[in-house]
Amino acid sequence: MSKRKSKESSSANGECISQVQRILRERFCHHHATGKPFGIEHQYRHLLELLKRTTVHGESNSALIIGPRGSGKTMLLNHVLKELMEIKQVRENLLEVHLNGLLQTNDKVALKEITRQLHLENVVGDKVFGSFAENLAFLLEALRKGDRTSSCPVLFILDEFDLFVHHKNQTLLYNLFDVSQSAQTPVTVIGLTCRQDILELLEKRVKSRFSHRQIYLMNSFDFKQYIKIFKEQLSLPAEFLDESFAQKWNNNVQHLSEDKTVQDMLQNLFHYSKDLRSLHLLLMLALSNVTVHHPLITASDLHEASKQYRMDSKANIVHGLSVLEICLIIAMKHLNDVYEGEPFNFQMVYNEFQKFMQRKAHCMYNFEKPVVMKAFEHLLQLELVKPIERPSVRAQREYLLMKLLLDNNQIMDALQAYPNCPTDVKQWATSSLSWL
Amino acid sequence: MQTNLLWHNSWIYMKTVIPLRLGEALPIMLNKEQTFYVKQSWDGKCFKPLSPDTFSKLKEANKKSGGSTNSLTKSPLHPLDIICSPKNETERVVRSVTKKKNVEMEIESKHSASKSSLSKERHSRRVANGMKTPTARKKLQLNSPTKSPRGKLSGSDVLELLGDDCDAMSEPSAAKRKVKFTGILGSPPKMSCSNDEPKSMFDSAEHEQRLSDTIRLSPYSKVRDSSEEENLHTKEDTICLTGHQKLGGQSPLVTPRSHRRCAQKTSARIAEQISLLNTLESDKKEDFLSSSGSSYSSSEEEENEVLRTPKRNSKSSRIFSTPKSSRKSSVHTPAKTPKKTPLPATPKTPRNATPEIPKRSHAARKPASILEEARLRLHVSAIPESLPCREEEFQDIYNFVESKLIDGTGGCMYISGVPGTGKTATVHEVIRCLQQAAENDELPSFQFIEINGMKLTDPHQAYVPILELLTGQKVTATHAAALLAKLFSTPGPKRKTTVLIVDELDLLWTRKQNVMYNLFDWPTQKHSKLIILAIANTMDLPERIMMNRVASRLGLTRMSFQPYTYKQLQQIISSRLSNMKAFEEDAIQLVSRKVAALSGDARRCLDICRRATEICEFASQKNTSGIVRMAHITEAIDEMFSSPYINAIRSASLHEQIFLKAILAEFRRAGVEEATVQQVYHQHVALCRIEGMQSPTVSEIMAVCSRLGACRLLLVESSNKYLHMRVRLNISQDDVMYALKD
Repeated sequence: MSKRKSKESSSANGECISQVQRILRERFCHHHATGKPFGIEHQYRHLLELLKRTTVHGESNSALIIGPRGSGKTMLLNHVLKELMEIKQVRENLLEVHLNGLLQTNDKVALKEITRQLHLENVVGDKVFGSFAENLAFLLEALRKGDRTSSCPVLFILDEFDLFVHHKNQTLLYNLFDVSQSAQTPVTVIGLTCRQDILELLEKRVKSRFSHRQIYLMNSFDFKQYIKIFKEQLSLPAEFLDESFAQKWNNNVQHLSEDKTVQDMLQNLFHYSKDLRSLHLLLMLALSNVTVHHPLITASDLHEASKQYRMDSKANIVHGLSVLEICLIIAMKHLNDVYEGEPFNFQMVYNEFQKFMQRKAHCMYNFEKPVVMKAFEHLLQLELVKPIERPSVRAQREYLLMKLLLDNNQIMDALQAYPNCPTDVKQWATSSLSWL
Repeated sequence: MQTNLLWHNSWIYMKTVIPLRLGEALPIMLNKEQTFYVKQSWDGKCFKPLSPDTFSKLKEANKKSGGSTNSLTKSPLHPLDIICSPKNETERVVRSVTKKKNVEMEIESKHSASKSSLSKERHSRRVANGMKTPTARKKLQLNSPTKSPRGKLSGSDVLELLGDDCDAMSEPSAAKRKVKFTGILGSPPKMSCSNDEPKSMFDSAEHEQRLSDTIRLSPYSKVRDSSEEENLHTKEDTICLTGHQKLGGQSPLVTPRSHRRCAQKTSARIAEQISLLNTLESDKKEDFLSSSGSSYSSSEEEENEVLRTPKRNSKSSRIFSTPKSSRKSSVHTPAKTPKKTPLPATPKTPRNATPEIPKRSHAARKPASILEEARLRLHVSAIPESLPCREEEFQDIYNFVESKLIDGTGGCMYISGVPGTGKTATVHEVIRCLQQAAENDELPSFQFIEINGMKLTDPHQAYVPILELLTGQKVTATHAAALLAKLFSTPGPKRKTTVLIVDELDLLWTRKQNVMYNLFDWPTQKHSKLIILAIANTMDLPERIMMNRVASRLGLTRMSFQPYTYKQLQQIISSRLSNMKAFEEDAIQLVSRKVAALSGDARRCLDICRRATEICEFASQKNTSGIVRMAHITEAIDEMFSSPYINAIRSASLHEQIFLKAILAEFRRAGVEEATVQQVYHQHVALCRIEGMQSPTVSEIMAVCSRLGACRLLLVESSNKYLHMRVRLNISQDDVMYALKD
């Protein structure tokens, strides 16, 4: 009886859990905006007014949104556009052109994309687009035709704006800004970039035509707000299908946010990065632990997730190495200590290893040279060791100069965590003179 | 004598001549037809009251002519003249001419007095067309309905005549001059109309008065001088001429106000005329359509322009006909003018059919408040009526181009200046004025082409638009170069001078510099008639990047635009804000001084002002004071020019800040302003230990480093070197210290 009851509740729970997973994963992965952006009301207003004037008054403008990665540049723009689109007059009056510096890698591609997004290609008919020069003339002609009062305003959004700067002569930027500064079709050029030195990259003529409106997003919130974001991101919406479960879940989240260890963990994360994406990533890891039998996120889940998140990638690789490879790495470490970071080659490492073999170890670790060579090459493949020059045909592999891509701290940490590490190897690692 | 008779006949058929008795007041001119009032007769020596039989005869003739004029007005062959006729009435000098049956008119224009047979012929034709004095001729040239009887002469004939007149004008002759004196200044008919003259004189004086008030960048005086030299007229003649032109033709400098007033006078009549001229509508449709946005006044203006300069197409002339319309369409005007010359509706090439941005579905909202209005005017794209603070440069460029135009030769001028100093705007203004002057026949007409190095994808592409604008052909770059070289080296029979603006010249640089070489070589050729105005930013561009042979062809005609001083910037802002109370005087001064100290870039200045109005608007929603103050300007300047780095560091996360500190520490330790991540990592761990914090892993450090690198607070190498990647600060150490100190 009681068993059956529990089964029923678990199936109901299962539905809830899958709902929770869906909602929260969407939130974390798609960066679905939840609630209103906070702390950027000023920037929000500025951008909103700017775009409103473009659409309503036909005023040309240009602006840059600058902020470090994950500071909400795109989020801000999307929010503003969403609000704008609620106004009927704007919705019917605005043409949007979205470009991304990573996709439109040169002006030619960018021009084609602009033409496509403005639906001007139908004017050209089914004809394949002509040369770059024709394209440019075509587009400029189109933009020149319009005037402030009668033409539909065009909003150019240049994501990864800094990459457009590297296009030849900055032709595209010059022309876009030039249109925005002359009585042609009203355009607004919005650039999004994370580079603080973006203005120095603009050519002087382009710079003069840019209106110097810069909207900075700085992630300037403190830890209290960070906790609040944590709560907001994790809590379920009021319209969740099972109210009691949502209540329980949200209470749990509230508890978590007040928990000391969770706070410490969050504080640590906060100290590393204010980027909200890292928080999302952490919560995602914790969320994947939630199952029917483990319906609520606990502090230990978060702790585990944070541990995973903070894991050192190279040290992780060291954990999986064979003893011989560990020995080689230790030999390299000693060489680094002796020669103060000068590059080494395989022969030097082998000699160092041999010394250790002869003095300390018994025949147990005595390997043939080709076997050691194989182990060395494995390290090379794992990029724990990196040749400082390109391997040439003429140079013998034993004598290629290498550098170790591990720090002493990493090696020592990895050795601590290495399972079943022979004691003498550990001793050798702590001091190259331990055999004396 | 025969010609006189002919003239007489045509006169009678043409006009409604109303004889007036002595002392009878002159009726107000409101009739549609041309009416001549006759008060006194002229028998060659003195005036006499009209004899009674003249009255009866003229009355009889009136009946006839009334019928004929009516038929004339309805004739579809002469749309231009008829449409213009009311205009003509308002402007024309009403003159009463006395006549007897055997009229012996001694009044002769200087042209008719010319002794050559050619001019005699011309004279006879002119007389046949009912033109008497130069004044009358001038009227016809401008907008006269004076036509041959029963409309036998088509418009083109008249044009031909006009052309002849122009030729005749330029023939220097002493006799001409003498007759001119008697004809215009001293001739009895002139005196006879003295009772009407004052009014018109007053009108013209008023016109001129206004003109001189409003002239800023007017080439007016210069034009007069040059025409004086060229036509070898005496001073009086020229003044007289210019006076007439001013009076009759809408001078380019007529202010919108005065223009509107005279337009108002005529617009009512125009409406009447147009209703009469339904038949003509179809012919004129294009013009009406194109001007549908503007008022009657401007459309009427257009037709005047068309009449005056019939060979030029109506579009190009319209653009400059009214200040209002030119302002509206001003940006694309210069570049477009020659482009539009073929039928504007049809595309140049079927392939690139006219692209167009869709029209907006809702009308753009008009500015509602003073601040919005100010913002509109302060936008860089708003074209001011005049360009203050560039009068000298304007004059120099104008003189250069004008002299070349008049000589019919070619030449180059190099214009330099930092961005935002009004180079392109000034050059465009010069072209605008020259085009206007050319329309008024003060200068030979010319073709205007503009290319911009930044708007070309490749320097060699420069040839393509030039050729396209010159001949309408669309070919590849290499072919275009060959065609252009041929075009400019061979003498064309009726080639117009070409004025070519090459903006952003430095981008036309190629390794062999053949584009620049060609551009500057063509003007030196004898028949090219090419004037080049090259614009670039650096003053020493010819010396720096050009080969000697190119620099030598460019010549030494140089001009440099100095950055605006704060006073000039102040003037620019004030002139744009003409009598609008949107800015405090101090605020304008502050922004001008700031920008002048920074760059002298007028664009920057306007942008700051615009931003300040926004800030002001934002602030004033709380406390309603709609004027931009110093505080707003300061805020705008801070927003635009404050370095973002300090803020970026302050808002960085704790470990990012520690990383920066570690870098500083490592720099101090090593004494080199460069370090590997490994070294910095060790410093970082040490710092963390001091702070009693958990030391970060290498992965975390790498993440921190790449984040700082993405913001360009640090300059980092490519990340595949991992720990051995070198780091450098992108800002001074002092800045970092300052930002981290608290």
